[in-house]
Amino acid sequence: MRAVLHAEWTKLRTVRGWVVALAFAAAAVVGLGLLTGGQGSCGRDGPQSECVLPVGPEGQEVTDHFSFVHRSLTGDGSITVRLNGLTGTLPAKPGTGGPDPADGAPQVAERGPGDGQPGLAPWAKGGLIIKDGTRPGSTYAAIMMTGAHGVRMQHDYVHDKAGRPGPATTPRWLRLTRAGETITGEESADGTTWTVVDKVRLPGLPATVEAGTFATSPQYTWILGGGRGVGGAMGGPSTVTAAFDNLGQQGTWSGTTWTRTTVGDDAEPSRPEQTGARFDVGGSGDIAPAVSGISGIGTTISQTLAGTFAGLILVVVVAAMTMTAEYRRGLIRTTVAAVPRRARILLAKAAVIGAATFVLGVLAAAVVIFFGQKVLRASGVYLHPAATGTEVRLVVGTGLLLAGAAVLALALGAVLRRGLTAVVAGIVVIVLPYLLAMTVLPPEPARWLLRITPAAAFAVQQSAVTYPQVDDYPIPVNGYFPLPPWAGLAVLAGWAALVLGLAVFSLRRRDV
Amino acid sequence: MRRALHAEWTKLRTTPGTSLLLLAVVAATVGIGVLAAAATDCPAGICAVDPAKITLTGVQLGQAVVAVLAVQVIGAEYSTGMIHASLAAVPRRLTVLAAKALVLTAVVTAAGTVSVAGSLAAGNRLLPLAVTDAAVLRAATGSVLYLILIGLLALGVTTAVRTPATAAGLVLGLLYVFPVIGLAVTDPDFRRHLEQIGPMAAGLAIQATTGLDDLPISPWHGLAVLGAWAAAALLAGGLLLRLRDA
Repeated sequence: MRAVLHAEWTKLRTVRGWVVALAFAAAAVVGLGLLTGGQGSCGRDGPQSECVLPVGPEGQEVTDHFSFVHRSLTGDGSITVRLNGLTGTLPAKPGTGGPDPADGAPQVAERGPGDGQPGLAPWAKGGLIIKDGTRPGSTYAAIMMTGAHGVRMQHDYVHDKAGRPGPATTPRWLRLTRAGETITGEESADGTTWTVVDKVRLPGLPATVEAGTFATSPQYTWILGGGRGVGGAMGGPSTVTAAFDNLGQQGTWSGTTWTRTTVGDDAEPSRPEQTGARFDVGGSGDIAPAVSGISGIGTTISQTLAGTFAGLILVVVVAAMTMTAEYRRGLIRTTVAAVPRRARILLAKAAVIGAATFVLGVLAAAVVIFFGQKVLRASGVYLHPAATGTEVRLVVGTGLLLAGAAVLALALGAVLRRGLTAVVAGIVVIVLPYLLAMTVLPPEPARWLLRITPAAAFAVQQSAVTYPQVDDYPIPVNGYFPLPPWAGLAVLAGWAALVLGLAVFSLRRRDV
Repeated sequence: MRRALHAEWTKLRTTPGTSLLLLAVVAATVGIGVLAAAATDCPAGICAVDPAKITLTGVQLGQAVVAVLAVQVIGAEYSTGMIHASLAAVPRRLTVLAAKALVLTAVVTAAGTVSVAGSLAAGNRLLPLAVTDAAVLRAATGSVLYLILIGLLALGVTTAVRTPATAAGLVLGLLYVFPVIGLAVTDPDFRRHLEQIGPMAAGLAIQATTGLDDLPISPWHGLAVLGAWAAAALLAGGLLLRLRDA
């Protein structure tokens, strides 16, 4: 086997065109990755314009923007309220007025909050919250009614526990109780029988906290189907109004009047709030981890890997030709005479081209991820920080993606025996499904295409994180793949193994 | 020229792969078109996406088969050494290339017309698509022209590079990588620019029937951009064919 590997390595290494093409593949991954990032406005107009998101207690960047009617609570205590229901507005749905008679284009208008149609965002929230002050990003625990996900207890941005489901219009009693660092959230249908939703610990919660009622409603996006890029999605801010009554507290509360603060908005100062027996709290924003994509801000480090496609095409061409060139020149007869166990020839070729493209892919991805981040940040683009583990996965995954594509193309070359058809088949099964999913197809068929075709492997390059409590439209055009990273890569590996098996079978059966 | 045409027609007609490839153009185009149309719902007759564009999605796969056919028209001659005989028989080399281009145009027109008509028939059943609408007719005619231009582009590229596999990689790279890079570009002006010059993105503007004001390039201008790519490729191929030893 060593001699066969050595022979195949020599064949690859000594064809100048192939070596140049592979070098171009690596250069394309790096060059296009550095070029396509674009420009942002972060940090462009002095220190004031720096894009800085609040950082939550667990280290991740968060969105923290809500209307808060609060008083200070010192020591242990509790707060109870009846929430009579949520009402709200969504941004106007584009195109609901029917096609514009002038040119058939859907009517789309930029609208602000409160300007749209009645409706509730699924994660519109209203309820009770206990928070360490009013600084965005500080620790909190909240019990709330949501637009479409029933009663929830959430704390410290990333944790979410479901209570009883039900429509947002049904009145619910909610209660938060503080005992030391522990907050207990309860809900009740009638105010007498209480059910505990969750009991959470907020480490380092100070003796005095702000507690009260809150309301907030996240960005809402209408998905219009395919379209170019994220052009198929239109959205804007939504609002929610929570109607409360029967507010009651226990424990040591400061003063007698409530203060209304819009957390996360320095432009709006706190002001005293008159709370009668019944009162409304309306707000817009979210208390959740920050996400990239159409309903979030900025981009992820996956952006720097845009050049992979160009590199991939060159790799497919070279890999297919390492097999088909043997047929074209008749070299295959010599090869088979030298190594009569034909399966070994294919395995050695696959190992050589796989290893070569893996090393190239890893090197190119490492360079482009390292420098690409610097270039994007320097151009003022907000880039979500990625964990080191994610960066390593992207680098290694890109190498494996190129290697898998190379082995698949080689095997196609062995089955089809003609460079032309092998190259076209390789590109069509890997690149075209991705392109169709991203451009013309509606989300559901797009997801299917990215589950079953070799293009599923691009999932390994995803670095956007999804959270169940944030609607970030997990559709392919928004940077979310239907399969987890390694599962997507496994689909490509499966296809490569299948076609390689077929190639071994046909090389054994056929005359050369 | 008539004899050169006759020779090229005989070569294309008697190559075993040709009829299969032409069938594959139709099957790929109609097949993907039917699947895409079936997967799209248009509640109450209003589609969120352009129904003509969805129906003609198959052209994006069909063009790859057209490219294979076009690459083979001249690439196979270089692979087998047949090109020496062809050029000895017709010493005016541009006549050979022109004859190949004409024969290719004829078969792609036939296959393209059948493919597009089949896709539209399916779209008409599955989606609220009025096939007699002027914009839809323009999209349909334009899609056939698009396939012809892709064929000519591939013929020109192959004449220039001579190796079929490399030519196929180059053509498909040109077609598919431009739009994928366009997707990754975040700068809207740069992206729009890429969509105006990319052969596939610009050429497929001909399929749009809704939202014409938002297109990066108007339908006929887009097709003209693809025409310019095809002309440039044929010109480069023709020049090299004339200047180089075969």
